[in-house]
Amino acid sequence: MSAVANISAVEVIGASKIFNEGSDNQVDALLDVNLTIAPGEFVSLIGPSGCGKSTLLRLIANLLEPTQGVISVNGKTSAQARLDQDYGMAFQQAGLFDWRTVSKNIELPLELKGWNKKKRAARAAEMLELVKLQDFGNMYPWQLSGGMQQRVAIARALAAHPPLLLMDEPFGALDEMTREYMQGELLRICAETSTTVVFVTHSIPEAVYLSNRVVVMSPRPGRILEIIPVNLGSKRSELTRAADGFFRCITSVREALRGTHADHVASTAIRGAEER
Amino acid sequence: MKFVRRIAYRTFMFLLTLVLLVGIWELYKKVGPQDGGMLFGARVLPRANDTAMPHVSTMFSRYGRPEVRGSDKEIWQVVLSGAWFSLRLSLVGFFLGTTVGIGLAVLMARFTTVRRGLLPYLVMSQTVPLIALAPLVVSWGGKLEIGSFVWPRWLSASILGTFLAFFPVAVGTLRGLTSSPLAAVELMSSYAASWRQTLFKLRFPAAVPFMVPALKLGASGAVVGVVVAEISTGLKGGIGRLIIEYAREATGDPAKVFTAVFGAAALGLTMSGLVAFFDLYLMRNRPRETST
Repeated sequence: MSAVANISAVEVIGASKIFNEGSDNQVDALLDVNLTIAPGEFVSLIGPSGCGKSTLLRLIANLLEPTQGVISVNGKTSAQARLDQDYGMAFQQAGLFDWRTVSKNIELPLELKGWNKKKRAARAAEMLELVKLQDFGNMYPWQLSGGMQQRVAIARALAAHPPLLLMDEPFGALDEMTREYMQGELLRICAETSTTVVFVTHSIPEAVYLSNRVVVMSPRPGRILEIIPVNLGSKRSELTRAADGFFRCITSVREALRGTHADHVASTAIRGAEER
Repeated sequence: MKFVRRIAYRTFMFLLTLVLLVGIWELYKKVGPQDGGMLFGARVLPRANDTAMPHVSTMFSRYGRPEVRGSDKEIWQVVLSGAWFSLRLSLVGFFLGTTVGIGLAVLMARFTTVRRGLLPYLVMSQTVPLIALAPLVVSWGGKLEIGSFVWPRWLSASILGTFLAFFPVAVGTLRGLTSSPLAAVELMSSYAASWRQTLFKLRFPAAVPFMVPALKLGASGAVVGVVVAEISTGLKGGIGRLIIEYAREATGDPAKVFTAVFGAAALGLTMSGLVAFFDLYLMRNRPRETST
């Protein structure tokens, strides 16, 4: 094996994040998080609201600086990886620019990289084909449905062919049917482009269906409670959703989450009793 | 197609409002008291006689008669050339005001310290009465000498237009520039986009809906500034000057001053029409929540 293959896609070592440190409204968002993600892996971050999963994603993206710890992406510092556009990002709101056509939206990261017009148009066409929106390039985002907009956002995130895709509840605003369709599409796209994905979600079935590993996080301060491997093979289909292994994984994720939940309830109950 | 329909609709509504206004004017003239309505010694209703409220038809027929007895120029020519003169000054004022306003907004959006320091002064600047400022600008301008550049008198009037135009543009643009959704800003920084790239590819396009009403205010501000400056500095040739001159003849020729007032109104409409056109053009491909 070459040395390159041993470089992990994402490496988080002892990362903590404290907001407003030292002030009255100090928030300990993340505490001593360690996580290594191999190239080509699909990893979901799941946990209750405020567990710091979005914060962790933003640390990897270098949109936030860790208070402590080291984060590397593709063997570089996360800052360098951001400068090199080594990752693409997609949010819950598709966040497309209303004033640009679908094609121009996809071309945005390429423009910022200084690609010429011809090269950009060719890549945009390629990406539209990847997300099956060939006929919509000249339309405006607000003329598309929510699911289509989200597919455009994925196309935009992958336009520069980054090795890593960071997604923050990208399907959270979609209806259940569209959501399941999009999950299938995302797996197909990632397999075709062999992209590594870090995926933040609230949904247990979504995390299990998509991931190689599910990272379960605790409420504030956010810590990794458990990392649950999902052994459902690399080829997943609608049949996967009915498989025994699928439900077993859902149960173990749920138990891992509920473990924290029970503790949380117990501790608040005790605190409540003390106050009384 | 949508573009054309929108313009047609707006024109129709404009004409409808005009007809209504004329109707109200003539109706009041018919039923209103000739010498005004008095209540406890204070006049609460305006006089409806021909001196105070000439018929709309009289005002418009006045356009076809000479400015003064024996003059070979009909009044519409005089008003039109006055409006054209003031329009050019207003355009210069509006252009300078927009440039200064947008420039300040960019600076304030970029540096929080500039915003904190500058904004109170900008607000304060608008409380200075224009009438007090006009002679000052004229005398400063007169003293200014840059090489062979000689400050023309009309430029002082334009500068006063600028003074009223820049403020709404600065405030509206600043609001627009800082209104980009957080996710969009994060997206741009995830691409390691520079501040400048973010400004031109995200912040300015996202600011357009905020800038258009600001520009409309700025355009009418420029007209008000120029007209007031013409009056208070005694600059000849513009519509402001005509209003003052014709108002002096109000007892003998009451319809005359209205011809100049309408000229000023048309001037303001032309200016805001320019902005509206700009708005329709820039927003042609965007979703619209309201039809106006």
